[in-house]
Amino acid sequence: MKTVARFARRNAWTLGIYGLFVAVMIFTISIHPNYGPYEIETLVVGALPLAFAATAQACVVLGGGIDLSIGAMMAVANVLAARYMFHHDFQTAVLISLLILAGGVLAGSLNGLIAVRTRVPDIVVTLAMSFVWGGVALLILAKPGGGAPDAFMALSSGNLFSPWLPNGLLLLIVVVSAVWVPLKLGRLGLALYAVGSDRTAAFRQGVRVGPTRVFSYALGGFFAACGGLALMMSTGIGSPLAGTIYTLSGISAIVLGGVSLAGGRGGVTGPIVAAFVLTLVPADLILSGTDPNLGQVIQGVLLVLVVMAGGLAPLLRARAVERRAARAA
Amino acid sequence: MSDANVLLETRGLSKNYGAVVALRSGDLSVQAGEIHALMGANGAGKSTLVKVLTGDVTPNAGEILLDGKEVRFTSPASARKAGLASVYQDVSLVPLLTVAQNLRLTGTTMAAIKPWLEELGLDDVDLTEYVRDLPTPTLHLLDLAQALAALPRLLILDEVTATMPADLSERVFRVARRWRSEGRSVVLISHRMTEVKALCDRATVLRDGTTVGVVDLASSGQEEIVSLMLGPAAASVVVSEGAVADTAPPPSKEFAPALEVRSLRSGVMQDVSLTLRRGEVLGIVALEGQGQADLFECLSGNRRPEAGEILVQGKTRRFRHPHDAIGAGLVLVPADRALALLRQRSVLENIALPMVNRLRRWGLINTGAERRRVKAAIDRLDIDTRAGSRVMRLSGGNQQKVTIARWLATGFLTLLCFDPTRGIDIRTKEQIYRVLRELAASGSAVLLFTSEMPEIQLACDRALVMYAGRVVTELSAHDATEPVLLRAAHGLGRSAAAEAS
Repeated sequence: MKTVARFARRNAWTLGIYGLFVAVMIFTISIHPNYGPYEIETLVVGALPLAFAATAQACVVLGGGIDLSIGAMMAVANVLAARYMFHHDFQTAVLISLLILAGGVLAGSLNGLIAVRTRVPDIVVTLAMSFVWGGVALLILAKPGGGAPDAFMALSSGNLFSPWLPNGLLLLIVVVSAVWVPLKLGRLGLALYAVGSDRTAAFRQGVRVGPTRVFSYALGGFFAACGGLALMMSTGIGSPLAGTIYTLSGISAIVLGGVSLAGGRGGVTGPIVAAFVLTLVPADLILSGTDPNLGQVIQGVLLVLVVMAGGLAPLLRARAVERRAARAA
Repeated sequence: MSDANVLLETRGLSKNYGAVVALRSGDLSVQAGEIHALMGANGAGKSTLVKVLTGDVTPNAGEILLDGKEVRFTSPASARKAGLASVYQDVSLVPLLTVAQNLRLTGTTMAAIKPWLEELGLDDVDLTEYVRDLPTPTLHLLDLAQALAALPRLLILDEVTATMPADLSERVFRVARRWRSEGRSVVLISHRMTEVKALCDRATVLRDGTTVGVVDLASSGQEEIVSLMLGPAAASVVVSEGAVADTAPPPSKEFAPALEVRSLRSGVMQDVSLTLRRGEVLGIVALEGQGQADLFECLSGNRRPEAGEILVQGKTRRFRHPHDAIGAGLVLVPADRALALLRQRSVLENIALPMVNRLRRWGLINTGAERRRVKAAIDRLDIDTRAGSRVMRLSGGNQQKVTIARWLATGFLTLLCFDPTRGIDIRTKEQIYRVLRELAASGSAVLLFTSEMPEIQLACDRALVMYAGRVVTELSAHDATEPVLLRAAHGLGRSAAAEAS
């Protein structure tokens, strides 16, 4: 019982965001009674790029950094895919996407290496790199175009097992858990959290701080590349500018998903669910006939309210503990 | 000494951070099977020497010899591998991980740490708790248990017992003695002379970053160590400081209390009442975290107290903001100068800052009046303004003088000084004591918290000792000797304190 209570307390935010997702889902079904497999598929395809962007940012922020070039890296991955997969068969497309993923790891490592070696604040380094990657994306593909084989697109939009379980969701779960689960179980994941929590303490505990930080950026680059490919799958073409919004919306998703921007606290499931919430809310608002511009306002207000509520909970708990102590004394 | 028994030796270690020299020439020789004390005044370089030994920082010059062979540590992990483990004065467990996860980080197995947890009385600590949720003394002991689990040949304890209650310190000492009896070595840093005398075999004394002597504790007295620590120059300063205190007029009871505090409560501070008269310097003594910080926060308007009253010249005041406290004449000189100063701006602007609210002519700052008052304050405190265009370029002592000068120029009734001489050289300290005395003589009141207990007799008329959020003892400056203050600050009774003195 005590362990259950403690689990709930430690994961309160993640459980809260699950609750919010369920609430938003119930609201959606109430205004859209015929909600079915097609709508779920649309939701997943729409949310997939943001889910990957949020995972990417979460990896970096948990390690105590921040990467403002996630969106630009997504754009590069997106246009590379669109340009080189065009008119090719499925096997080639898969091969190209593997190369793009490797490129993402390299790009992320480069961000991390610069930040760690030069000691320039990461926010400055990655802001500068966002211009670099943004320019590279435009050099590869000056205006929206290109494409990919239908079989490749079906990786996210079709369904293999059940109409209620779109491939996109399966893809997300498989890719994220293939990376995250071994990480979380091993010493490297622990080192990542330790560095994000307190660099000096981690150093004294024998963690190699520099390499661990570079690793967190490399992970961010990997998931950013995943996001770029997901963007390719959901839009069907490459666009050099489509990725850029995902830097900031990714940060909103991790904040909503319970990752502390100070580092070391949170996980990846919270941000992923938050990405679904952030995709579902504007869709609902359009569905219920709200002005799309007002929708933006509502989304911003929601973000602030949720984060405020999250800040309130520990405060109330501390007060309760204090009161109990006072009564005991 | 080319003893075959020497486990660790360092020669001429030096370390500087930019222009600041933290360690000039650190020489240390530790034999196998001894407890070796490392002593020195604040800022003498003890902690830097330890950090170099454990691979926390890399030295600029000098060498470390382990068993006569030169070694180089690039990280704490490599030092630990070589058999050196240390416990720092600030806890080095990662706060957002559980204790068990921290142990996994260092590769400490349960089997290795279990006996040490029992030895240190930590069997009942839940290892699945987050580190940040555990109390600091427990964390220090856990840190120690983790260090012991690696079975180091040299265990370094850097002021571990400073914040511990006596029963917990005793557990640490028991482990240290056991380490010695097993033929291993311990380096201990502590400010408590009695602790060092009781526990250690020899002591190395550092002053201004340089090793000035090695003392055999069995055959030499406390005075020898103290005179080594202070050095010949400082001894004369102490004498002149005594003269400062003597020439000050006795506090007059006719003045109305400048400040009265009744049953104030906030944070750690449970119930503090005090009266501060005009013309008096009242000292506050306490170990780290006994509520003194809360008291100063409340008095300076940074925080609203949970209960109690603050009376300024007999009138109850409620401070919502530091602005209110300054308006009532209560001004703060904090320990952390970075918090008080605009580091990038000039000395003039820094001193004039609080005056901005007053010296206005048609809404513009009256620069003429501003300059005159700032000049007077600078002259009075003898501030070196050659690097005055940016306060951050001044030395620490001069920066502290700027924070005091700011209030001299603005005017005040009560000066709240929170450890104003922390990390300041002894000459500047002397000047600050003199200014405090002069301020009191001219009718102001000064409340001075200090972490260096000898300062009480140098600068104060009266002293209050805080322990566990309460004022436990009141002493006149004459009675407030270091041993008496130290005992009271540890919550030991007054009768015991009287016996000791």
